Amino acid sequence: MGEKITQQGVPFERLKIASFDFTCCEGCQLQLTNRESSLPDFLGLLDVRNFREISSERHDDYDIALIEGSISRPDEVERLLKIRKQAKILVAFGTCACFGGVNNLKNNHSIQNLIDEVYPGMAIETLPVRKISDLVKVDLSIPGCPVDKGEVERVMVSLVTGSRVTLPKYPVCVECKAQLTTCLFELGEICLGPLTRAGCNAICTSGNTPCLGCRGPAEEINMAAFFELVKERGLSLDDLHEKLACYNAFEPFPSHEA
Amino acid sequence: MKRDYAIDIRHLSRVEGHANIHITVREGQLVESQWAVVETPRFFEVMLKGMSAERVPFLTSRICGICSISHALASIRALERAMNITPPLAAKQTRLLAMQGETLQSHALHLFFLIAPDFAGTSSVLPLMQSHPDLVRAGLQLKELGNEISSITAGRCTHPVSLVVGGISKAPDKQRLQQLRTMIVERKPSLEIACSFFSSLVMPNFSRETEFISLRNAASYPSIGGRLVSTDGIDREENDYLLMTNEYTREFSTSKFTRLSRNSSVSGALARFNNNHDLLHPNAQKAAEQLGLRPICHNPFMNNIAQLVECIHILEEAEELVNSLLNMDLREIKTPYSPKAGAATGAVEAPRGILYHSMETDAAGKVTKADCVIPTTQNNGNIHSDLRALARQALEEGKDDRETAKLCEMLVRSYDPCISCSVH
Repeated sequence: MGEKITQQGVPFERLKIASFDFTCCEGCQLQLTNRESSLPDFLGLLDVRNFREISSERHDDYDIALIEGSISRPDEVERLLKIRKQAKILVAFGTCACFGGVNNLKNNHSIQNLIDEVYPGMAIETLPVRKISDLVKVDLSIPGCPVDKGEVERVMVSLVTGSRVTLPKYPVCVECKAQLTTCLFELGEICLGPLTRAGCNAICTSGNTPCLGCRGPAEEINMAAFFELVKERGLSLDDLHEKLACYNAFEPFPSHEA
Repeated sequence: MKRDYAIDIRHLSRVEGHANIHITVREGQLVESQWAVVETPRFFEVMLKGMSAERVPFLTSRICGICSISHALASIRALERAMNITPPLAAKQTRLLAMQGETLQSHALHLFFLIAPDFAGTSSVLPLMQSHPDLVRAGLQLKELGNEISSITAGRCTHPVSLVVGGISKAPDKQRLQQLRTMIVERKPSLEIACSFFSSLVMPNFSRETEFISLRNAASYPSIGGRLVSTDGIDREENDYLLMTNEYTREFSTSKFTRLSRNSSVSGALARFNNNHDLLHPNAQKAAEQLGLRPICHNPFMNNIAQLVECIHILEEAEELVNSLLNMDLREIKTPYSPKAGAATGAVEAPRGILYHSMETDAAGKVTKADCVIPTTQNNGNIHSDLRALARQALEEGKDDRETAKLCEMLVRSYDPCISCSVH
């Protein structure tokens, strides 16, 4: 299945790929089945060795492993370590895998409190949420809640052709401006677009809702200046903190406490 | 035939989420049968505490990658009812259309990607792309249409961006709505291809009488809000959801269970059909008749057929909604509101059945208490009981362990379980 085949006369090796889900909504894997008009061509790049959500075939001879979700139970740690041993390229696939994602909001509560609230009196195994890179080496990250299928397609083509995989370095504002969308700051709303890595085509702001930073920080952001901007405009710091916490994507920036 | 065997399916494939099937037969007798959901809990109800009402649909939509629009709208409905907010008509119609898109996408995924391989004898849809190209193309056309409807109405098909408390944050673009109208009409033939394939299949002969629960309105096939009804004669209002669900836990399952008049009940396409077949579009009613689906149907495998019948209804309904939006002034799309303390339930018909979100807010509009009861949780007990009855029937019919295992997998898939959702 993984042999060289030709498409438009060009020989190439299909990617021996597997997709695995951990603590998540499986929405990122679902994107692999979306963009239906290009789906047959997309699947033509792949030799799907293991993808439980859509296939009953399970093979362990994959090279690339897509990891969706964050880690929140001991059996998930074991599964992840096993996958890491097999995979040549381990991809943190989506915001939960890259940063912990919305699941991370759980970490504001004690484990006992969580269990008492949802499963009173029941023995439930659960750990504080961790992102994939807290546990294993990550070779490639594709952020997004959910991932953007167009970007996934570009990454897969890069992997097939052996070219460098890159993500935009600039913030969402660049894509937002290109669409001539009115800046939400001008409308009195805090938007994380100036902090967040582009690549989503500014999909939230073009729907007139603020960016919440699911793709994580753009390169060379100035968090302190951003806090100043929010204060200058008299906007709510509580609102800013709520937004920054949504995906846990800005956690390494100490100016949080500004 | 083996008189002693165990079926042990870990992380069943072609379903959303993680669950296991265990069956043990000794001396030709069924001694154990279990459907065990082992998904990792995420604790959304606790995460929601303290969150501002405005931010809630962003978080609740992340409960599920397949039915994120339903989750956003269930919590929006709960919050709007709690804070006495009436969204403008244009927003209501846009939301209804978004729901149609999501259900079409979800049903197409289930029918063509998840269960068609069982009937064609393949492990996935991938070989069907070669062996049944017309069928797969039809499936992709319907799935793409569903996603397109959701994108135009909600800004994105997975994890919507423009569904907000008070209405919608952006009106659907009229030019795109016009293109959508053409796309709907052009894709109706895909339904015929799907119907001709599914009418050629024989659904396994298995029935176990149970109670079917769905929403019901006087005027239309259910989608957002309504009375809570069951085939056992229950009829309650939306805020009485706790009386409909009676959630309980069992040690082997991280998904909870519910019950109403019996030990278990069913929610989803078959339940909606059983309670609301009179409200389906005539074309969908005709297709149901041709596909051998008649109310009240107690064969869980016919949930697949009920989904297909709903797809026919959805294309007709979506066409009408698009027309009504095209004739509407789409400038007034959001009702301004001031946060207030309140409590209410929002119920919607997600693709897989009734989804309840119950929300309590404080005077600042922050969530003080949240409860979500998921369709797959409501089907959990029935899957468990059906599995036992099906395994027994298979033994009586002299089926071997491989045949029984396949039937059991197909039974679970027929429910189209959304397991991550159920263990939110």
